[in-house]
Amino acid sequence: MINILLARLQQKHRTMKYPDGAPPPLPDRFRGRPVIDTAQCPEGCRACADACPTGALDPQDPGRIDLGKCLFCTDCAEACPKQAITFSQNYQLAARSRKDLLVARERQAAEVAAAALDAKYRKLFGRSLKLRQVSAGGCNACEADSNVLGTVGWDLSRFGLQFVASPRHADGLLVTGPVSRNMALALKKTYDAVSDPRIVIAVGACAISGGPYIGHAEAGNGAESIVPVDLYIPGCPPNPLTILDGLLRLIGRIEDDINFQLSTRNAQLPSKNP
Amino acid sequence: MNASRPDFATLTNGQAVKRSEIPVLTPEVFGQAILDGVAARQRVSALFGASSPIPGATRIYAVLADDEQNLLSAAATDIAGGEFPSLTPRCPQVHLFEREIAEQFGLRPIGHPWFKPVRYCRSWTGRDAWGRPAGQPILPAVGDFYRVEGEQVHEVAVGPVHAGVIEPGHFRFQCHGEQVFHLEIALGFQHRGVEEELIGGPNARTVHYAETLSGDATVAHATTYSHVIEALAGCQASARAQAVRGIALELERLANHIGDLGALAGDVGYLPTASFCGRIRGDFLNMTALLCGSRFGRGLIRPGGLGFDADADRMAELGRRLDAGEKDATVAIRLLWDTQSVMARFEEVGPLPRKVAAELGIVGPAARASGLERDVRRDQPSGIFCFSHIPLSTCESGDVFARAFVRWLEIQHTIGFIRDQIRSLPSGAPRVPVKALAPDSFAVALNEGWRGEVCHVALTDAQGRFARYKVVDPSFHNWPGLAYALRDQEISDFPICNKSFNLSYCGHDL
Repeated sequence: MINILLARLQQKHRTMKYPDGAPPPLPDRFRGRPVIDTAQCPEGCRACADACPTGALDPQDPGRIDLGKCLFCTDCAEACPKQAITFSQNYQLAARSRKDLLVARERQAAEVAAAALDAKYRKLFGRSLKLRQVSAGGCNACEADSNVLGTVGWDLSRFGLQFVASPRHADGLLVTGPVSRNMALALKKTYDAVSDPRIVIAVGACAISGGPYIGHAEAGNGAESIVPVDLYIPGCPPNPLTILDGLLRLIGRIEDDINFQLSTRNAQLPSKNP
Repeated sequence: MNASRPDFATLTNGQAVKRSEIPVLTPEVFGQAILDGVAARQRVSALFGASSPIPGATRIYAVLADDEQNLLSAAATDIAGGEFPSLTPRCPQVHLFEREIAEQFGLRPIGHPWFKPVRYCRSWTGRDAWGRPAGQPILPAVGDFYRVEGEQVHEVAVGPVHAGVIEPGHFRFQCHGEQVFHLEIALGFQHRGVEEELIGGPNARTVHYAETLSGDATVAHATTYSHVIEALAGCQASARAQAVRGIALELERLANHIGDLGALAGDVGYLPTASFCGRIRGDFLNMTALLCGSRFGRGLIRPGGLGFDADADRMAELGRRLDAGEKDATVAIRLLWDTQSVMARFEEVGPLPRKVAAELGIVGPAARASGLERDVRRDQPSGIFCFSHIPLSTCESGDVFARAFVRWLEIQHTIGFIRDQIRSLPSGAPRVPVKALAPDSFAVALNEGWRGEVCHVALTDAQGRFARYKVVDPSFHNWPGLAYALRDQEISDFPICNKSFNLSYCGHDL
């Protein structure tokens, strides 16, 4: 018993102050919201779109990145002859609508922050939102970095958010993976087992668009092919901070605008080797 | 004992040879050679189908690992028609491989004792080994299960969607009261069709497939993939890149082992270690993020070397964080061994006897916990592990305790290894250019991921594209070990038994 107490003292109190205090520091090589300086694009250049593994860059207009498909892999930045694409420190990526994930040429400085649920839903879920996680072809990275929010450092339950053991206990689903063919029915049945009103959160490029598996015969192109989605959290996988930011925006716990200083001040190409 | 057969081609880990050097044997000689090899303590690292130059035939390749000789051997056979003789009755470790060949190529293994699909998907050839009509949907985990009859016997079915935040799979227990007579595991829910899509590569997606084969083993799979590419392209990553890959592989091991020990503590209701280790695991994931920005090592490992170099300041910071992480982990994990109520729940639960582990071809910490001395880092070393050795950690009892304690031993050795690498990081280019892949070649690479042996085999065509790319995740070897370990256990012990293996569903289902 004394050993447990001594260990407890040694391990200290570790729950972060965020969102009331500063968010936990991100690594300097963290790859957040991409920023494209389209003024530098040579006429007709499509090097970035050709390098993209998932077609996240529109070949007709490479100034548009679909964050729902983006793996944040920097293959585009490496291919760019002008170093016009950088990945910023901005971790605030979640959106309520699929089209808000398009980082368009003309909208780069005016991204839409994920809005909170409307008044009726917020009254129901704003202080208690129980989620059933469904992995449907996920590689277990999104699952792991969602699950980590339950650990003492993040302490998700202080916001009334919790992962629960059954869809019958849940107010909604948190879906990961592209929805493999063999999980489509299970996902639908799990959704049906959650009583209405209910919400669905798609975490990661796979669950939003199919990610690296876009177009596979054995995998769908994300959760939306089976269930309606209320919140999209991009990444491969998203950092836990990105997931938490999205969840807290959804329940109205964070209402600030996206911090664009993060996108501009710290925008830098990760120090890649030649 | 020189177990390597003259009729198999020998090669080393990370070597490419011309496909013409892989002998094509008759099915009888091929099958006997596998049986003889396994009888001489070799392991089947891979056994898979591919297209054959003979019209209508399927070529089956075998890769055997001889851990005592530090050699790999490979051979092939052409199967004409729709069936081949099953080796499973005499060599249990090939049973899932044969079912996979049946599912992918529509070949019936004649005499297979438990002939069921592996992933519940259509064959690649249009021929169906079970004679299912083409238009009929294939439903996962639908079909006959092993069943114990009797008045007091009941069946418990769990999944695909489980209670925790984990991947989907279906478990069928035959129980007599609390006692489990038999567990059958049906997977395939995570099947994304990756192996089929790898054919014709490499392309812009290939490295991302490698990184997501099993997300918690991103570094292990991406490194193994890079070794295959480097073997086929005839280039070698610098000593510096290999050292950083080794550091990343071991950080992956630390994060997962520490997380597993915390989860095991949670499953027996011992909350101090559960909550400490859950957090400490994150500290180790963040060390990987220090190297490349991603907690899972996405973007760090690339063919030819590294996606991100490691500067001196970064390595110094890694060393400081490693020291702090070691202290926290040591305090948290030692509590387990000092707490009788934890030990009582770990010991003699879920035993996997050494003999059974050897027969099933178990790999990784689960094998070492059953007393099998096998570790790719020692037996088939590649990269940094050719020069820097990590002592092998084993236990004898094969129970949940052994699988937990082997992890603790490995955590301690691995921290020492990383510290050595940080101290003596060689100079060199982080990444060398990768030339075109050699045509008509065959390459094998193995690495000891945190779960065990990760095996990739590539066959290139006349243009140097992948004609076949086979991935064997350690989970493919180890799922039957979990099923066996549950025999005669209480069903309430399933969670700790499962966690003590902590296998990948997507790595198995690919």
